[in-house]
Amino acid sequence: MSDTAFNKRVELALSDSSLHIALERVTSRFTTLRHNGFASLPHADEVRDRARLIRAHTLSRLDSYLAQFANSVEAAGGRVHWAADTAAANGVVVELAKERGAKTVVKGKSMVSEETHLNRALEAAGITVVESDLGEYIIQLAGETPSHIIAPAIHKTKEQVGQLLHEKLGIPLTDDPAQMTAAARAKLREVFLTADMGVSGVNFGVAQTGTICLVENEGNGRLTTSAPRIHVALMGIERLVPTLDDLSIMLQVLARSATGQKLSVYTNLITGPRRREEPDGPGDLHIVLVDNGRSRILGTRLAEILYCVRCGACLNACPVYQQIGGHAYGSVYPGPVGAVLTPALEGIDPWSELPQASSLCGACREVCPVRIDIPRMLLELRDESHRAGLTPLWLKVGLPIYRFVATRPALFKLASTLARWVTRPLASQGWLTRLPPPLSGWTDHRDFPALAARPFSDQLRDKHRKGAKTQSYTKTSS
Amino acid sequence: MKPTTVQLFATCIVETLRPEAGMAVVEVLERLGLAIEYPEGQTCCGQPAFNGGLWDDARAMARHTLDVLCRDVPPERLYEPAPIVVPSGSCADMIVHHYPELFADDPKYGPLAKDVASRTFEFSQFIVEAPGITDLGAHAEGKVVYHPSCHLLRGLGVDEAPRKLLSRVQGLEVVDLPGATECCGFGGLFALKMSDISGAMLNRKLDNVESSGAQCVVGCDVSCLLHIGGGLHRRGAKIETKHLAELLTNDER
Repeated sequence: MSDTAFNKRVELALSDSSLHIALERVTSRFTTLRHNGFASLPHADEVRDRARLIRAHTLSRLDSYLAQFANSVEAAGGRVHWAADTAAANGVVVELAKERGAKTVVKGKSMVSEETHLNRALEAAGITVVESDLGEYIIQLAGETPSHIIAPAIHKTKEQVGQLLHEKLGIPLTDDPAQMTAAARAKLREVFLTADMGVSGVNFGVAQTGTICLVENEGNGRLTTSAPRIHVALMGIERLVPTLDDLSIMLQVLARSATGQKLSVYTNLITGPRRREEPDGPGDLHIVLVDNGRSRILGTRLAEILYCVRCGACLNACPVYQQIGGHAYGSVYPGPVGAVLTPALEGIDPWSELPQASSLCGACREVCPVRIDIPRMLLELRDESHRAGLTPLWLKVGLPIYRFVATRPALFKLASTLARWVTRPLASQGWLTRLPPPLSGWTDHRDFPALAARPFSDQLRDKHRKGAKTQSYTKTSS
Repeated sequence: MKPTTVQLFATCIVETLRPEAGMAVVEVLERLGLAIEYPEGQTCCGQPAFNGGLWDDARAMARHTLDVLCRDVPPERLYEPAPIVVPSGSCADMIVHHYPELFADDPKYGPLAKDVASRTFEFSQFIVEAPGITDLGAHAEGKVVYHPSCHLLRGLGVDEAPRKLLSRVQGLEVVDLPGATECCGFGGLFALKMSDISGAMLNRKLDNVESSGAQCVVGCDVSCLLHIGGGLHRRGAKIETKHLAELLTNDER
């Protein structure tokens, strides 16, 4: 491997034994939960097909559903803000905070806010931000970024979290998750009661009713969106479904796919701010619709990645993610979905290695609740990467030479004979233990067999000569 | 109609690295009473270039393969295209799924790709689907695990066929492979480009193979078997790797 930043991160991840323990514990648990979750769903395949159709349909008419959604939100008393990029999105939130004199912001989980680096923007404006999702809270205390879409602190073992809370919150050292959760909860209660503004993400927006749906298991999302006087929700523009009926289908596959639950513990449906007759809830509801590159993906061969519902199942299933975790990708969205979404949103140039970090095993496609063909798009991105001149030199030279040889059978035969002559004397008991670069990558981890003494086609011809039924024939045309 | 003739696309890996797998495939097909045509001039299906993103080079190799498989049909078989048998899930998947994509807009090779895709089968898939096939009379001693290679399992959706065939080998004990459906980390050029990640994936597979207590790993993709075999040899583990056909032709008692 060459010495790129990506390879360095991979090296670091592969040598981190705590990371391996953490990844093994969590990805295998999620995989089992997901499996059992779908086993209990009648007609699971048809429900997934339907969910896929809903996503495809919505995105094919995204402009009109967005307009309908914005109208419905405003009709319910909410405000809609359109943000073309991260600066615009952060600008909206910071301005709102300043305008309303907010000093403390409590946040629910939001991948879009990770995309825009909202915390940084708020802090730069002198506003305190506290993450309220337990996993996000942990990584905020640690000064890190999420390494998984739904389990942001997946890279940490419970022992490491115990140490962190001991250092940062001054609680006694423990590895008991219940004690750690209780300590974090006590701290967060104060924040919920004093925060001026709640910022959340959105799992789905319903075009018909202007409802936003947030799913979570800790209750922090409900408090974030109801306790402070202002609620600001950040939402990717692709996150829409047409109707509440469609939402019910999406929720069935999302919860099962993410955590194996039939329904998340808290499934919040929010339509507009507090109404006059209601005793509590935020007086202001603002929904920030963030594009940030999404509209550019629509209509391209990568458009299918916008079907994603952010369940994280492809991360758990991915054998590469299981080895290197989320941080090695270096992108906000890690794993198979991140390897497509990141270059799709930000361009292939800085991210050309991500689509290469896959054996194309197809486990991601198999578990995706909306059957996104991620391997196909990884291949599309490899094509794009090559056309952008980003293929490593040895492949840029080597593969066309291979093609030249492989399209000329006589030359192919000659080349294999030469390779046989070279490799056989070097092999010990039929195996080569060291090859020169770039083939050394192979022998770094496994032996390579010497070429066979007699190639298959020759053996077959021998058999044929002895009068067997097989018949070879040669080209007569051209 | 029951096929009487099959075309064999042996793959470049069988040709150069594991001819015994190819010969076993030939043996099985002949025992089933099939005549085998081996189209001369076949080389590589082009998958390395396709997966590497060099699609023009992949197309050149695919055109060559399509020419070899289509142009030289002997006169007696002109109106009856034969099934193409491929002893590799990965190369078969390339031909079945990616050839038609690569030539979607090609007036000449588009139809050829579709024709060839429609009559291409991975070895175990073909054997099970070909009618009238029961017992091949195979016999082998010992414990084996079956490794379902990714493109066979998730690309072509073939899982039952090889397991069924394996279960018919008398005397063989097929034991469970923990994490069987996990990729062995081969992934073609992935094993070179991302060799450390690939190596970590391989280690996990090898741990599972060793813990199963099997003496042999059986599969339908010689490439993955060479990867696993190379890893086992590096560890000094005395565990063999064999293509399914090699067990089906085993009749030593």
